[in-house]
Amino acid sequence: MRPRKIIAALAGAALVLSMAACTKDPVVDPTGDPGAATGQLEIFSWWTAGSEALGLAELVKVLNDKYPDITFVNNGASTGGGSGKDVLQTRMAAGQPPDSFQVHAGAEAQDYITAKQLEDVSYLYSEFKLNDVFPTDLVDMLTKDGKIYTIPSNVHRSNVVWASIAALEKAGLSTTDAYYDSIDSFIAALDKAKAAGIEFPLAIGTTWCQVHLLETVLMADLTPAQYRGLFDGTTDWRGAEVKKALDHFAKLMSYTNADRGDLDWEPALVKVLDANAVFTVMGDWTPAALDARNLKEGVDWLWAPSPGTKGIYGFLADSFGLTTGGPNPAAGKAWLDVISSKEGQTGFNQVKGSIPARTDIDLSTWSNYQQGASESFKNDAIVPSIQHGAAATIAQGNDTGAAVSKFTVSPMAEANIATLQEELAKAYA
Amino acid sequence: MVKSRPKFVMFLIRLFAPITRAYRAYVTSPKTRKLRKYGPPILLLSPSIILVGIFVYTLIGRSISMSMTDSYTFAQMVGAVPTETVWFDNYVTLLTSENFLHSLQNLLLYTVVFIAGTLVMGFIWAWALDRRSRAEGIFRSLYLFPMAVSSVAAGVVWRWLLNANQGNQASGLNRLFQNIGLGFLQNGWTTNVTFGITAIALPAIWQMSGYVMALFLAGFRGISDDMREAARVDGASEWQLYRHVLFPQLSPIALSALIILGHMSLKVFDLVVAVTDKHFYPTQVPAITMYNYMNAGNYAMASAVGVILLVIIAIFIVPYLIHVGKEAK
Repeated sequence: MRPRKIIAALAGAALVLSMAACTKDPVVDPTGDPGAATGQLEIFSWWTAGSEALGLAELVKVLNDKYPDITFVNNGASTGGGSGKDVLQTRMAAGQPPDSFQVHAGAEAQDYITAKQLEDVSYLYSEFKLNDVFPTDLVDMLTKDGKIYTIPSNVHRSNVVWASIAALEKAGLSTTDAYYDSIDSFIAALDKAKAAGIEFPLAIGTTWCQVHLLETVLMADLTPAQYRGLFDGTTDWRGAEVKKALDHFAKLMSYTNADRGDLDWEPALVKVLDANAVFTVMGDWTPAALDARNLKEGVDWLWAPSPGTKGIYGFLADSFGLTTGGPNPAAGKAWLDVISSKEGQTGFNQVKGSIPARTDIDLSTWSNYQQGASESFKNDAIVPSIQHGAAATIAQGNDTGAAVSKFTVSPMAEANIATLQEELAKAYA
Repeated sequence: MVKSRPKFVMFLIRLFAPITRAYRAYVTSPKTRKLRKYGPPILLLSPSIILVGIFVYTLIGRSISMSMTDSYTFAQMVGAVPTETVWFDNYVTLLTSENFLHSLQNLLLYTVVFIAGTLVMGFIWAWALDRRSRAEGIFRSLYLFPMAVSSVAAGVVWRWLLNANQGNQASGLNRLFQNIGLGFLQNGWTTNVTFGITAIALPAIWQMSGYVMALFLAGFRGISDDMREAARVDGASEWQLYRHVLFPQLSPIALSALIILGHMSLKVFDLVVAVTDKHFYPTQVPAITMYNYMNAGNYAMASAVGVILLVIIAIFIVPYLIHVGKEAK
């Protein structure tokens, strides 16, 4: 190439670059009024696959209707607990937060609050009139020292037991009601199934599923007040009630499949569907998997509150907050408006299979399970889930997982139960 | 074919003429001979020295200083809450914790089984191929292929193969054992608290044996046929030939293989996470412990684990580097 051409090309490139630099200026509304929000909205969400992604698309639809001038970008990775959070944390530590991000409501958000990475959004609760439509228990649980930092978009229930009708028949158990009023009566049912030739009647997956089972056993053996007290220091982890629950947990684990360490929750559910197991305790994202297999409630499967937890709602929720120093706070507020709005929560939850945090949505056309769960959500005592970040910070969750995994691969001996209890007590000290 | 220089270039040459003249005077002066000798090499090396200095050694220093603080939360990491220096407390905590000692023991078991397994398998394959089997090309590729599979993809398959169920619900290898009448070999694989980690060594051996085979095969091929013939003429038996002629010449290769496999096995992470789970106690190794700490915002403890890993790897590698350095002289 002739030098003259090189120079021309360089000059051209420089011109293009400088023009790009001029037009790239983001349009930020300093007042942060969502009505006037424009520009780009960047969020971090792990809803990138399956029914979750479809739900997120519904939210974006509402966003585009309400705020047509906002461009939506989701930069979250597809993992709920892992690398997505790492990327987010790195971005925030570098002072480049997104406008809003997904976090399990409750203790898991605490890390971000102490790090001053989340804004107090309690004023948005009054602006969007959320105090009237969210249950009081929920708002209380989200409030820290009079401030609220996140807004829930959807609610899940953790304490649910799922049973296959074919397996119940095989085991000679009731095929219309899967509720057992105590862990002991549940153990009697498991014994009956075992006697009927079902070797491992309680299907379970790897560590996190086991922590999930443990939390439902704690809900059964402790009163809601005692259970909540585990996380604010008013209930002693070393006490007799917890000991009783851990004994029950150890007993229940002896009915579970040997390959639990190799499985996630869905393969464990498949054991139930194949009638190789009778029950599995899992959160209410299960119906989405059952629907995908075209299985019908009452014909193929049953659900009930997990043994001994009728009247208790094991709560976990996805929520969003407003980041401190986000590039476009007006868009962030617009997003919070969308995810808490009636249209947003209707569209999202109907697709994802969870229930809305708002109690003013008519669910009469929704699935039977969702109607039941929403009824419980309105009336039951709401307690936070350990495994799913409502009650435990990330560090506490890790310690719980380590302690439970260590316990469930060892012989269910008295000394090991004592070690588990001690390690849990230390994790929540 | 010499073209006259365009006007523009001539203009530039004239413009820089004083500088060119000064430079010419400078390089020809005897005073600057030393600089001319050492200047260019230093100039060439400096980018990598600076980059390695910043991105390796400075960051190692940063990890060490981080490991001596009490930065246990996200809030401290981003500076919203102050941190204090606790010196070696974190190391004491780790080295007295039953769980961390368990993960160190796992690492040791895994390393021993993995290195022994790959060396033995790789050597046997190389030896067999060295016998000039007819389909050598095919076998060589077959044995090397597993190395091309990503650890995570392999781990997902092995997670199924290493299913812990026995009896009626068995699948994977346990089912295979039943079908070929070796039912007594069924076991819980990764679920054994003490030896579960050695089950993870199986996929690792499967992946890396082909690589060791390639190393040894190159070693075998590097020994000239004259030597074998000379040994045979001297009346050496086949075993004596291997013992006294071939093995000694393969030992440098075995040493390199040992170092490569050793530092790989000390850093094992992806395969374990893919086969079991980050929190699965029987297969905990320090790299996973480090990740779990980091994931919870506990950068101080994560750094402490990292430094301990670095020390262990250094114990492995530094003697080797000294050895190589001596040989080079």
